[in-house]
Amino acid sequence: MTGFAVEANFALNIALLLMLLVCGVAIARTRSLMAAILLMSVYSLVSAVWLVVMDAADVAFTEAVVGAGVSTIVLLGATLLARGQTERHDWRTQIVPGIAAIGVGVLLVYAATGLPGFGDAASPANAHVGRAYLEQTAQDIGVPNMVTAVLASYRGFDTLGEAVVIFAAGIGVALLLGFGPRAQLAPLPEDLGDHHVVLRVVAKLLIPLIVLYAFYVQFHGDIGAGGGFQAGVILAVAVILHALVFGLRETMAAVPAKAARTIAALGILLYAGVGVVCIVNGGGFLDYDRLFSPRVEAMIPANLLGDPGQAHHWGQHFGIFFIELGVLLTVAATMVTIFYGFAGRVLDGEAKR
Amino acid sequence: MSLLGTHFNYVAVVVLMMIGLFIVFSSRNLIKRMIGLAIFQTSTGLFYISLGKVAGGTAAIRLDGTSPEARALAATLDPAYVAQHGVEGVVYSNPLPHVLILTAIVVGVATLAVGLAIAVRIREAYGTIEADEINAVARVDAAGAEAAP
Repeated sequence: MTGFAVEANFALNIALLLMLLVCGVAIARTRSLMAAILLMSVYSLVSAVWLVVMDAADVAFTEAVVGAGVSTIVLLGATLLARGQTERHDWRTQIVPGIAAIGVGVLLVYAATGLPGFGDAASPANAHVGRAYLEQTAQDIGVPNMVTAVLASYRGFDTLGEAVVIFAAGIGVALLLGFGPRAQLAPLPEDLGDHHVVLRVVAKLLIPLIVLYAFYVQFHGDIGAGGGFQAGVILAVAVILHALVFGLRETMAAVPAKAARTIAALGILLYAGVGVVCIVNGGGFLDYDRLFSPRVEAMIPANLLGDPGQAHHWGQHFGIFFIELGVLLTVAATMVTIFYGFAGRVLDGEAKR
Repeated sequence: MSLLGTHFNYVAVVVLMMIGLFIVFSSRNLIKRMIGLAIFQTSTGLFYISLGKVAGGTAAIRLDGTSPEARALAATLDPAYVAQHGVEGVVYSNPLPHVLILTAIVVGVATLAVGLAIAVRIREAYGTIEADEINAVARVDAAGAEAAP
């Protein structure tokens, strides 16, 4: 079983994990918050590469755009607002936490020795439930990307819960920090940024491409890596880039905060609405096989997807399409709302200006 | 392979978890604590993904077993192994941990934002995000409230 490819894969795995450990130790040691945030961004990017080695292409996508993108921006925004540049160092306060962390670690390493070996195809996790998904997706769902099939169809109810949590977090940030009142203030001279001509030109080129890429990731998610979560964050990144280069006021004129939070709610409604339609047509909640009544299903042309063999999966294909669209709307609008909350918070001395 | 060879991923994940836990426990700075919590959270994700990796596997996106790509992948593996653990001639990694961690990452950034928003409000109310200074300010406030009639 062990060929050169498997060995090379394993060596790459170890090298990347060691890089993650180095990043982690550096984050723990540094006293500068800015350095810790940037190291966190590097950490996320390295872990995205590691996820590709682990065959988790969809997760790698998400980690790269969320970890290295949005969470870095949110952390930097919070650091600016909290004026927390460095933390103070006192080794005496680190003894007890160090002992506690090492104690928990020793117990977990001891427990980990009882786990099946890394890469074991016959381990309980991989041989039973994982294998069942791999074997049955083609008959049950019909989409090639099995991660999308599990996420959107088999575990669709779970994913609805995740989308609601994201929506609730967005509402929480908006309630704590507001809907970007800073945009109402007169723009500061440095916000106008005439000296950032190169940035503006490059951003103008990049933003349409990022939006286009987000839609590619969205609509290609059934076939390749991608889906509503990744596409939603990529779409939000386009809006955030616009705000960083052209100023918050311009961005909030293009994408108002009210529109963002309305779209976030509409996404959840669309997702849950698909579930309700399934109930109305005689199925369970989010049972996409009953998404269309037989009369409507007969009206769909047989070669709509270019493959007549998929005719019995239309409910699944359309159900996944709509709920992924709901996820896209909620995730993108929530990320934009969160960004507006941080970027639009008025700093202490700023209101007087 | 030795135990460290087969279980290296789990040990690395536990060490990352220890680093996250240590930062959460030892740091007084609220933002640094949130960073520690984020590291702790990613270590959980790395653990799940490690469990779902199948040696010689590929991403869980269905390949036609007779296609050139699938044949090239299978050629690097022992045919008996592919026959036992593959699905229609292709060995895939387990998609279930990928689904769980994919959504957890996006939920993670949303909850991180809530934590940071609370830190920002604490800074505005207390003038600091260092936990011990916040406690000192809160004690002074409480003493002032008691002294007042």
